[in-house]
Amino acid sequence: MSENQELIFEKAYEQLGEIVKKLEEGELPLDESMALFEEGMRLERLCEQRLDQAELKISELIRREGGAVDIEPFEAEE
Amino acid sequence: MNIYRVSEVNSHIRFILEGDPTLSDLWLQGEVSNFTRATSGHLYFTLKDEKAQISCVMWRSLAARQEYLPQSGQAIVAHGHISVYEVQGRYQFYVDDIQPAGVGLLHLEYERRKKELEAEGLFAEELKRPLPPFPKRIGIVTSRVAAALRDVLHVLNRRYPLVEVILAPTMVQGNEAPPQIVQAIRALNEHADVDLIIVTRGGGSLEDLWAFNDVDVARAIAASSVPVVSGVGHETDFTIADFVADVRAPTPSAAAEICVPDMRELQEGVKWQRDRLVQEVRSIIADRRVVLREDSLMLQRYSPQTKVTHYRQRVDELWQTATLHMEHRLAMNRERLKGLCLRLDSLSPASTLERGYAIVQRSDDGDVVRSIRQIRTGDRIDVRVHDGKFRADVDREPERISYV
Repeated sequence: MSENQELIFEKAYEQLGEIVKKLEEGELPLDESMALFEEGMRLERLCEQRLDQAELKISELIRREGGAVDIEPFEAEE
Repeated sequence: MNIYRVSEVNSHIRFILEGDPTLSDLWLQGEVSNFTRATSGHLYFTLKDEKAQISCVMWRSLAARQEYLPQSGQAIVAHGHISVYEVQGRYQFYVDDIQPAGVGLLHLEYERRKKELEAEGLFAEELKRPLPPFPKRIGIVTSRVAAALRDVLHVLNRRYPLVEVILAPTMVQGNEAPPQIVQAIRALNEHADVDLIIVTRGGGSLEDLWAFNDVDVARAIAASSVPVVSGVGHETDFTIADFVADVRAPTPSAAAEICVPDMRELQEGVKWQRDRLVQEVRSIIADRRVVLREDSLMLQRYSPQTKVTHYRQRVDELWQTATLHMEHRLAMNRERLKGLCLRLDSLSPASTLERGYAIVQRSDDGDVVRSIRQIRTGDRIDVRVHDGKFRADVDREPERISYV
């Protein structure tokens, strides 16, 4: 599960594409094909989850006196 | 008091003039006269109004990037600085840009800066960097209260909420704006680990957008280590920042759209990949099944099972043959036994006795009497007939009988 959380959408999406390509090229042993398939389905679920759960995170650069720079959550002004 | 040399005074005057902020960055308007182009390529002319005139020079390198070249009698506006030609003790206007008269100051300045930075190579196509296809962090340089910020955030949230936004708030208008924008671009580069930066503000007049025509802002954009997307004003507004930026977007919303992929397309993409995956695996399995079926047929054909069946039959046959032989021999033996029994029967004395013969034995020693020579008067004998025996005494001498 922690591995899932570390794997960002971009990587998962890229890996999914690679797996599909590898399967389409064929000539793999069945066991390997099935393992790839399962990995592909896992990545597919992961991509879906990432997109479904995504929520735009907004922070703000704050310049402190003395020149230090902090990053804090952004609160919109109405 | 001192006594100075002429060259010292000229040099001093030059030093004073060049240190003057007004004279060192000056727009000057007037009518052109005595316009000449020297064989060296430098331009010499006089600018004058009703009351006065000033000598002007434009060096060949600067003249070369002039699209517009004036003629004597034309009204122009020229940019440059005042300095002294010490050899002759004359002050001159050293021109670096000439525009026809009638153009507003900001526009003049815009054109001049554009020309200057373009000549420096800041707009060069080969400096443009590609945008990352899946940015993780986007820096935004704009005002906290700008409508542009809301637009950008809205688009990012709709298209690609996976991205993280770091806002570097600045003023986007007024004299404070340019240094703040420069700072913000630097701070995002140094502290925020962003993949790209959007510099944006909504539409406005040339004055409103002026901060984005600032040379320092332009240089900060060029110096950014990550790509910069500009989205300043409306479609028709062009700023210096737009020319320096790696990608120019016509509006703030468009800038946001250019920077991120569309989530709905990605979802489609994921589904499509999934379908291909499933289809591919199905066809792989189907293929294997066909191969398996063929192999299985071959296997059956060459299976040891047929041999087993064959041998089982052979064993059966052998067994039958063996049984047959055994029975045959048994029957033969049985027949022989029967024959023997019959012969045995025929050899038994019983049937002979039945026919009236008797067996005579001497009572004293049990010897079977076969001859009269074994008998004398007074001997006792046992006589056996077919159904019993009796004892008798011999009371007379035996007599010989010849059967021949």
